[in-house]
Amino acid sequence: MEHITLLIGIVIVTALVFDFTNGFHDTANAMATTISTGALKPKAAVAMSAALNLLGAFLSVEVAKTISGGIIDETAGIRPEVIFAGLVGAIVWNLVTWLAGLPSSSSHALFGGLIGATLVSVGTNGVHGDAVVMKVLIPAVAAPIVAGLASMAATRLTYRLARDRAEEDTAKGYRAGQIASAALVSLAHGTNDAQKTMGVITLALITGGVVAPHADPPLWVIASAGLAIALGTYLGGWRIIRTMGKGITDIQPPQGFAAQTGAAATILASSHLGFALSTTQVCSGSVMGSGLGRKGGVVRWSTAGRMAAAWVLTLPAAGLVAAGAALLADQGDWGIAAVAVLALAVCGVIWMLSRRKPVDHSNVNEGPAAEPAGVVTAALQAVAPPPAGPVATEPATAPAIPAPAMAEARLTDPVGAAPVIADPVTADPVAAHPHGTHGTHEKHGTKRRAKAGSAAG
Amino acid sequence: MSIDWAALGQVFGVTLVVTVGIVGLFTLGIVGTSRKPHQEGEAVAAAGPGGAARAGAYACFALCAAAVAYGIYLIVAA
Repeated sequence: MEHITLLIGIVIVTALVFDFTNGFHDTANAMATTISTGALKPKAAVAMSAALNLLGAFLSVEVAKTISGGIIDETAGIRPEVIFAGLVGAIVWNLVTWLAGLPSSSSHALFGGLIGATLVSVGTNGVHGDAVVMKVLIPAVAAPIVAGLASMAATRLTYRLARDRAEEDTAKGYRAGQIASAALVSLAHGTNDAQKTMGVITLALITGGVVAPHADPPLWVIASAGLAIALGTYLGGWRIIRTMGKGITDIQPPQGFAAQTGAAATILASSHLGFALSTTQVCSGSVMGSGLGRKGGVVRWSTAGRMAAAWVLTLPAAGLVAAGAALLADQGDWGIAAVAVLALAVCGVIWMLSRRKPVDHSNVNEGPAAEPAGVVTAALQAVAPPPAGPVATEPATAPAIPAPAMAEARLTDPVGAAPVIADPVTADPVAAHPHGTHGTHEKHGTKRRAKAGSAAG
Repeated sequence: MSIDWAALGQVFGVTLVVTVGIVGLFTLGIVGTSRKPHQEGEAVAAAGPGGAARAGAYACFALCAAAVAYGIYLIVAA
């Protein structure tokens, strides 16, 4: 270990930071629907996910031999600077999408960053174009479709089978099933994504001659990668959880169960059959599918559209940032220092911006951020009136649905119910939506109070 | 450049069958262990499930648990 140079040390720290952002970016995959259906309390959900991520990091003995799955030619003169620049690109993009509350693939950000940095430092011969199409583009299209269709079919089936059963009888069972599926997703995530960071660190150590080529990652690498991802998961990307759990569609226990099971099945099937799909895209797709599978379910396509835009942008955006960083880092020591300082500054600014409207475990379930999304959906509905039937009443009350649904979910827990219901009413600042939403808000409030009253009575 | 349609199709097929199968099984388990539907105006309280239904439901849950165990096996062995 005494041969670790400063540069390799920086790369290791950066890799761990990426691992951390990866963790809190992807908490939503396993836990968003679990939290929004009330299967687990927010804090308990992230704690469980973090523990399973840590466990997952230690589970697999298979070494991540290639950090990029063959997308970049790692023998074509990849140096620690290139890895560093790629990581910076991935971290910055992860933070930007987190600030926007958009679930985007951390793996794609890492790929994009490494591709961008390699293009600048090594040239086009360092990147395998075929592999980019096979490993990034096609999975990005396939993942939401595969997971979405499976979840949609499963949601239809489960509602049909249980159609003559009372909701309060089945909700408990569904929640238990959902927790099991979510645990599987967390475990798989820890194994896959912590391995990536281990691969990056090991590669940096190999390039520095600290460990022999093809060596297993040292134990401290495994432990630190597992801890970084678990810590990130525990702190929770509440913004992304809110988007996935509440923003895409309103999820009820049967849907949450179907979506989470679909996601777990897709991830395991795809990684086992050698056609790796992005966890994030699988989970988003299955949530959408479950939204489509329920009668009267509404998928907020504006949110889905923003997500899709983020997916398309992930690779080029992370690549661009990384390319700039690589350009600077190639200038020598001062360039690397400049990249580090700039990256820290960007992270600081993003964090400060996030404090303006903090989202944490206490308000994670408070419905979709009612800002532009509401306007867009309203406009969409004005242009294209939905078909008749039960759906017709939906648009007008759409923003109000999450609240009563939540209240109902919480009411099964009589002790916790009162404070939880009282809380959103008072904590729903009208100031957060300055214009035009007063009407829905009042409806909101009265509905909630009515629910609370009937529950107390 | 060759797109591996076979692998993609396989993933799709397996995912669909496994997801629908497990969700279906689990739902049968829930249905088997929950109370019979309560008719409006009926004086009798909703009846609990019979012994056979309960046994079948537990079998469904056991199959789901086996599927989860296989999933964990896949993660560990991968």
